[in-house]
Amino acid sequence: MSATDAGDMSRAAADARRADAESTGPVLAADGSPLKVSLNRALRAQKLRALMLIAPLLLFVLVTFVAPIIDMLFRSVENQIVSETLPRTVVALDDWDAETLPDEATYAALTYDFIEAAERRIHTRLGSRLNYETTGLSSMFRRSGRGVDDVGEEYADQFIDLDEAWEDPVAWAEMMASSDWLAAQSEWAATLEAEGEDAAGPEPLFQLSDGIRTLLPETADAYRSFARTVQQEDQDSPLEEEPWNSVYLALYRDLVTVPAASVVEYDGVGAEMLVAADTAVDGFETVDLRAVWEDMDDGWVEMPIWETIEAFSDPYTAGYFLAAVDLQLTPDGIEQQPDEQRIYLLLFQRTIFMSLVITISCILLGYPIAYLLSNLPLRTSNLLLILVLLPFWTSLLVRTSAWKVLLQNQGVINDTLVWLGFVADDARLALINNQTGTIIAMTHILLPFMILPLYSVMKTIPPSYVRAAKSLGATQWTAFWRVYFPQSVPGIGAGSILVFILSIGYYITPELVGGRTGTFISNRIAFHISESLNWGLAAALGSILLALVLALYWLYDRMVGIDNVKLG
Amino acid sequence: MKLKSLMLLTTGAAFAAPMVLAEAHGNMADSMTLVSWGGAYQTSQIRAYSDPYQAMHEGLEVIWDESSGEAVARMRAMEEAGNITWDLVDVVASDAIRLCDEGLAMEIDHDEVLAPAPDGTPASEDFGDLIVSDCFIPQIVYSTTFGYRTDVEEWGGNTPDDICDVFDLENFPGQRSLERRPIGNMEWALMCDGVAMEDVYDVLETEEGIERAFAVLDTVKDSTVWWTAGADTPQLLADGEVVFGSTYNGRLFSLIEEQDQPVAMMWDAQVFDLDGWIIPEGLPEDRLNRVLDFVRFATDTQRLADQAQYISYGPARASSAPLVSTHADLGIDMAPHMPTDPANATRTFLFNYEWWADYRDDLDARFQAWLSQ
Repeated sequence: MSATDAGDMSRAAADARRADAESTGPVLAADGSPLKVSLNRALRAQKLRALMLIAPLLLFVLVTFVAPIIDMLFRSVENQIVSETLPRTVVALDDWDAETLPDEATYAALTYDFIEAAERRIHTRLGSRLNYETTGLSSMFRRSGRGVDDVGEEYADQFIDLDEAWEDPVAWAEMMASSDWLAAQSEWAATLEAEGEDAAGPEPLFQLSDGIRTLLPETADAYRSFARTVQQEDQDSPLEEEPWNSVYLALYRDLVTVPAASVVEYDGVGAEMLVAADTAVDGFETVDLRAVWEDMDDGWVEMPIWETIEAFSDPYTAGYFLAAVDLQLTPDGIEQQPDEQRIYLLLFQRTIFMSLVITISCILLGYPIAYLLSNLPLRTSNLLLILVLLPFWTSLLVRTSAWKVLLQNQGVINDTLVWLGFVADDARLALINNQTGTIIAMTHILLPFMILPLYSVMKTIPPSYVRAAKSLGATQWTAFWRVYFPQSVPGIGAGSILVFILSIGYYITPELVGGRTGTFISNRIAFHISESLNWGLAAALGSILLALVLALYWLYDRMVGIDNVKLG
Repeated sequence: MKLKSLMLLTTGAAFAAPMVLAEAHGNMADSMTLVSWGGAYQTSQIRAYSDPYQAMHEGLEVIWDESSGEAVARMRAMEEAGNITWDLVDVVASDAIRLCDEGLAMEIDHDEVLAPAPDGTPASEDFGDLIVSDCFIPQIVYSTTFGYRTDVEEWGGNTPDDICDVFDLENFPGQRSLERRPIGNMEWALMCDGVAMEDVYDVLETEEGIERAFAVLDTVKDSTVWWTAGADTPQLLADGEVVFGSTYNGRLFSLIEEQDQPVAMMWDAQVFDLDGWIIPEGLPEDRLNRVLDFVRFATDTQRLADQAQYISYGPARASSAPLVSTHADLGIDMAPHMPTDPANATRTFLFNYEWWADYRDDLDARFQAWLSQ
């Protein structure tokens, strides 16, 4: 029979089946619905039931584990604080040449931003953020927060000298606010008066009038920032508060730029006041804003602050990741940190190297024990297994402190060695507060994680294989090395992964016994979380550590194969 | 029935009225969570502040937490979660400044919130310069200073009395213990390199100054155990692991006086530091009222003096100093053990908190890099 014939035949069979199905209709289930549909329904129900069963755990893990980790990792690139705290300044810096100091308009924008930030008490927060990048900004922001409410005072005085109505909160509010808001605000005030706080609810949020926004854009913006801050921060009404000095500064800046004709044409509330002010501003005494900011802090007329704000004005930044690998973002691009501040790469290297050493010492110490355990009669091996497990039931802190007592200079080990005459009294071994200490203590602490997977794998290796090898003439060593050992490799793999990944993120033991050369990257992460509060950098370091573990896992899979890992 | 409930109401009102007057803060929560450092220090606060306060306010529940060490990070997390569970937090001055900067601590008017001294001096004058931040309510002055073993044979009977003896391995050989962070160590190092105390921070601001400080620290780098917890040095001194080490004076007091170890104090160039309360920002009204009422009581002149009966830290109020008496259990006179005692305070300095707020990140990175090399 040729191949063509076979093809023809199977095609014919298929055709016959189709014709059969067409003539009799689809196969039906007991309830009359097609079998296919009914099967699918049953499978779906089964899947749903399975999902429902794991749902509580899944939800728990998502909410308490995955979500916080993602949130934390997200912080490593997040940088909205600059553009949120200094929005106008960031926009003004967009077309800055970065070679000379910014222009007067940028200083004005800084004034509007800074006064609002200071009133909302967030300027110092930005100061601490930027201080991570440029030393000295923390105190500069704090100092400036104290003086910024005086910027523009000269203009306020001159406007008020001109017409006292400029001091009147109501006159200001009526000129700036939309009529809708004024109506809503007076209704709110009436309810507050009559029925109390609960009935009145929150103050209606201040809204600008369209006319004033077109005529005096800067003033309108500055006033809105003032009005909303007063409402939100102090729960006061803008109708009762005198505007900040920065609003007068904005008014002055608007009036000198807006053509006189459009002020005359304006027909909103307060038009007369504005016309009078517009004719007078030309005679006003002017203030050099740059000099005012210089008075507050010399730093404002130097380049670093502006370069820093410019470099970190984007809502997302690579700055933390760069810092985490000893680089920094400068106006000239990415550069290495100065020599004496490079620390993170060194710590990453050290963490990996020491974790490897710890893993290897765990294999060397754990393998014979696991071998012994798996080859002893059950009663003895159970007893010994309890001894292996015992450290598990003891507090980590206690075990680490015990190592301190044993290893220190005047400790048990050194005393014994001196007493036996192996070391001289004045040349005691330095076994703690260095790498040796960390390796010894961590090997001990992580040993059970190596022994248990090894033991459970070795238990499954039939002793008859080794016996067979020996009966075929293999020596003890060959039988072990060629027959037994290859079968125990999956256990070594599982133990190594456990020990290595646990030790790479270890924190408390290196902190206590590591001294100055035995600490890990996790100690720095902890420092940035709880002491320096540089959570962005901590998140970046953590992300790198996570990526590193995943990369090593992938490498392991490629080299050894993850299917070869067995826990029993 | 009706009459009875009416009578109950009136008697209730009659009792309630004076209480409302006495408790000027109105509606107060009947539970508060105080956060401190644990150990002997927290015990002294419980005995001097919260026990007497609870005796005055029946039914008040006081919960003590021991998380001050990570207060700044925890409070930031609480604020982000929008759930402030602490009512009053004991922190060191530098943390108070940071919490204030971050907007996590409440700014207070010290004269309004705190009680005046018995002679009527307003609180802001009584505490004086120790109010280092608008959010900070000072409580105690403590110092970071040195203890040394008195039985070191190699020293030939000499005892250290100068800060520079710390860096003098020739005359005072043996292991030291110093804190594993730059603050304090850098200042001491520069002072032993011939920089006058008042110029330390100006010099430390320059690259050359930092290098000078590290050069001095280099001399003892390999013979030093770098500690991270205040309990480390006392333990190391007691074990004979180190012969000379820095820690908080209260820890040394308990090592020397309570545990009777062969250790003595060296007060030269002790660094004063402050510890006090901050109130978290954004407490609900009833809890805030309770805390304000408690803090007014707990920081008055007598209470601060009482605390010194249990621990050797100096009360932050000038008016409390004359009231400091004897140790509650040992019966010894406490005044000579205070860092502020004139005999001990011949040469002292206070951290420049604002300077450290700026330079801390940079110097810390350098310091850790220096340690690792």
